[in-house]
Amino acid sequence: MSTINYSEKIPNNVNLGEDRTLQRALEGWQPNFINWWDDVGPEGSTNHDVYLRTAVSVDPQGWAQFGHVKMRDYRWGIFLNPGDANREVHFGDHKGEKVWQDVPGEHRANLRRIIVTQGDTEPASVEQQRHLGLTAPSMYDLRNLFQINVEEGRHLWAMVYLLQKHFGRDGREEADALLQRTSGDANNPRILGAFNEKTPDWLAFFMFTYFTDRDGKFQLAALAESAFDPLARTTKFMLTEEAHHMFVGESGVSRVIARTAQVMNELKTDDAQKIRAAGCIDLGTIQRYLNFHYSVTIDLFGADQSSNAAIFYSSGLKGRYEEGKRDDDHVLKGQTYKVLEVRDGQLVEKDVPMLNALNEVLRDDFIKDSVSGVGRWNKVLEKAGIPTRLVVPHKAFNRQIGALAGIKMSPEGRVVSEVEWAAKRDEWLPSSEDFAFVASLMGRVIEPGKFAGWIAPPVMGINRQPVDFEYVRFG
Amino acid sequence: MDMVVEAGIIKQHLIDPEICIRCNTCEATCPVNAITHDDNNYVVRADVCNGCMACISPCPTGSIDNWRTMPLVRAYTIEEQLTWEELPAELSPEELEAAGVSGASAEAAEAPAQTQAQAAAEATEPVFNSAQYGASVPPWSAAHAYTNLFPPKTPTTATVVGNFNCTEAGFDSETHHIVLDFGVVPFPVLEGQSIGIVPPGVDAIGKRHHARQYSVASPRNGERPGYNNVSLTVKRVTEDHEGDPVRGVCSNYVCDLKVGDTVQVVGPFGSSFLMPNHPKSHIVMICTGTGSAPMRAMTEWRRRLRKSGKFEGGKLMLFFGARTQQELPYFGPLQSLPKDFIDINFAFSRTAGQPKRYVQDLMRERAADLAALLKDGASHFYVCGLKSMEEGVVLALCDVAKEAGLDWDTVGAALKREGRLHLETY
Repeated sequence: MSTINYSEKIPNNVNLGEDRTLQRALEGWQPNFINWWDDVGPEGSTNHDVYLRTAVSVDPQGWAQFGHVKMRDYRWGIFLNPGDANREVHFGDHKGEKVWQDVPGEHRANLRRIIVTQGDTEPASVEQQRHLGLTAPSMYDLRNLFQINVEEGRHLWAMVYLLQKHFGRDGREEADALLQRTSGDANNPRILGAFNEKTPDWLAFFMFTYFTDRDGKFQLAALAESAFDPLARTTKFMLTEEAHHMFVGESGVSRVIARTAQVMNELKTDDAQKIRAAGCIDLGTIQRYLNFHYSVTIDLFGADQSSNAAIFYSSGLKGRYEEGKRDDDHVLKGQTYKVLEVRDGQLVEKDVPMLNALNEVLRDDFIKDSVSGVGRWNKVLEKAGIPTRLVVPHKAFNRQIGALAGIKMSPEGRVVSEVEWAAKRDEWLPSSEDFAFVASLMGRVIEPGKFAGWIAPPVMGINRQPVDFEYVRFG
Repeated sequence: MDMVVEAGIIKQHLIDPEICIRCNTCEATCPVNAITHDDNNYVVRADVCNGCMACISPCPTGSIDNWRTMPLVRAYTIEEQLTWEELPAELSPEELEAAGVSGASAEAAEAPAQTQAQAAAEATEPVFNSAQYGASVPPWSAAHAYTNLFPPKTPTTATVVGNFNCTEAGFDSETHHIVLDFGVVPFPVLEGQSIGIVPPGVDAIGKRHHARQYSVASPRNGERPGYNNVSLTVKRVTEDHEGDPVRGVCSNYVCDLKVGDTVQVVGPFGSSFLMPNHPKSHIVMICTGTGSAPMRAMTEWRRRLRKSGKFEGGKLMLFFGARTQQELPYFGPLQSLPKDFIDINFAFSRTAGQPKRYVQDLMRERAADLAALLKDGASHFYVCGLKSMEEGVVLALCDVAKEAGLDWDTVGAALKREGRLHLETY
């Protein structure tokens, strides 16, 4: 068992105490982290005792320990999955060589960039969700929000550890900069666009955790294949925590749909206005939120053709999703992949070198995974006897990055004129009126076992606790 | 207390596809690679999952904690599970019965999963899961067992040729030793197997009673050697688990049988809780109450072998627990066995003026001898009795091993793999 040392200021299972310089550097960064948490962490939550999951070791029995903790006392630690002394690089040009425990000089800049980008997303979502605690639809949901927040904070730590341990002065500077950028800040925004978008309400939060944290799953899974072993081990462990975030999103949207379907059946109507009047979110609004979060998230995978992606793969820095389960040569030279482009007002596929299309490969894996989850939401409608189905929009819809950026496209994948786009935009993406309506539903419900009228209760509690368990004790 | 022995049934571990979010956490944490997936579902391989519960607490959704009582031969395949959109319902008692599983054994199969899930949920420390060490294969030298010769749809008839109270008369926990004769109907059994008895009549809702299973207490050549008969150890059930008065349907029927009565019998059942035939193999038996039945069968077979000069020094060691000496079945006959044949240790938990002693306390006292046996690859351990004893007994074995400088993970895994630790609790 790989136990985590909780007697140290920074809990860890990486023998931090044996590296005094690193320990001092991290302990110097820690007060700034706490300041950041106090400034932009969950609003108004300082005295709550929250039923949080904390890792005491990285094995199955140890990493999901539950108890009431004040979030400021949560032990943001540095946890790496156990290593394998014989692990080999299993893709790219270094295939078959021993994995690296230190950063090879020639890959230093690229690895730093990958780690900084990943690290930047983690606190960003905490900042985006800062105000949501004040409008939680239930105590159960409030707890889930806080769990996500502390874990995103820990994931930031995970990346900061790598930066400070392996990248010297540059790493320390990058780690500091992570705390200086802020989501949505006009002067010093987060690195990736989606992390500067507002998460204005709980439907947006559920969509974000469904789609954007799923992006996290695919990015982390690709990094978990890395030849740089500390990165692989760190991200493997992060993946176990990320699962809860996706669960909050998937089950959250599913519960919204279930409640809407219930009210539709009770009122025997599919009229959006009547459903809204009954205090529920109509399926059209849910579809528009879905369109927005899906399209913003698939931009996170980067340009459809990218020489960086090829370099990252060939040099062993970042693999594909489930690299080990694929049965090709894991080098990919001379292979091709189909990407989309617009030619003569029509979408057409073209073959590009596979190595350059690896962002697209990862995006397509994500799309497949997302679509099956949307299928599970549709099962809720199907069971309730509602004929409407939710769909993910076309891959080219509302894209800001890559060859499809700026092309006006309907959700079904038809290239449209600027005029048509302007006329239909509010049918396809949430309008200010949609946001205002959803915001109007966001009242705080925090009595144990009670739920806001626009969302159904979950099928079971966290850690098999009852749904009316006191997940948050308000101090 | 009815004696329940497994009859090719499992508590199959399944994932609820309606709740699962396909996050891969379970597959990543499963230590034995029992979990796999396709684009549609995450599923558990029934033949690989050992119920270790490592996947339970890391699952963010709770979808992973689902169990279904299934006849082993009908366990859901991964191909089937991959197509599911929702979990199938539990098989009905009729479906289970049609597949050769009685209600009593189905309940017994349920117990481990529930207890494990609870333990995992309540644990703050890493959970000790005793059930994971129980073998599902027989010892290599065991004789071949016949099973299901008479399934529930087509029972056979046996005649009662003996019924004796084998505890001191007048105690609530009256336990009977019943002898059944099959005449010329083939009914071969081995020590450790069980048979089912179908009580006559119907239950409260007018359905025919299902069979109750009892371990065979006689050796393979019969209670009366050379005749086609078996004996059972049946305790008259007069109260339920909470101590409230209840009249056991089958146990009272069996205890009240008269010589010459006929009974409907199904079985035999059980293909792993079998004794080794190897003449130098050692047998450590740990039991409570009617859990003594298979131990009596094994002891008696060894006694007969020894008498005929066909045995070469394998040790027999017995740890036997009861509330009082008067409640111990077979107390008298056990006392008369030679000390150099069997090493007997009694634990009484309710003897007036004496501290409570349980079988695991005795095992710790005999740590030196048990350690020597744990080091010997010819040793076999059998645990049979109340569910509540199981964890304490396996923990005691684990502690004995550790104190002797053995690595329990290695020893425990070998005992399981080699069919040398058998757990049969109810």
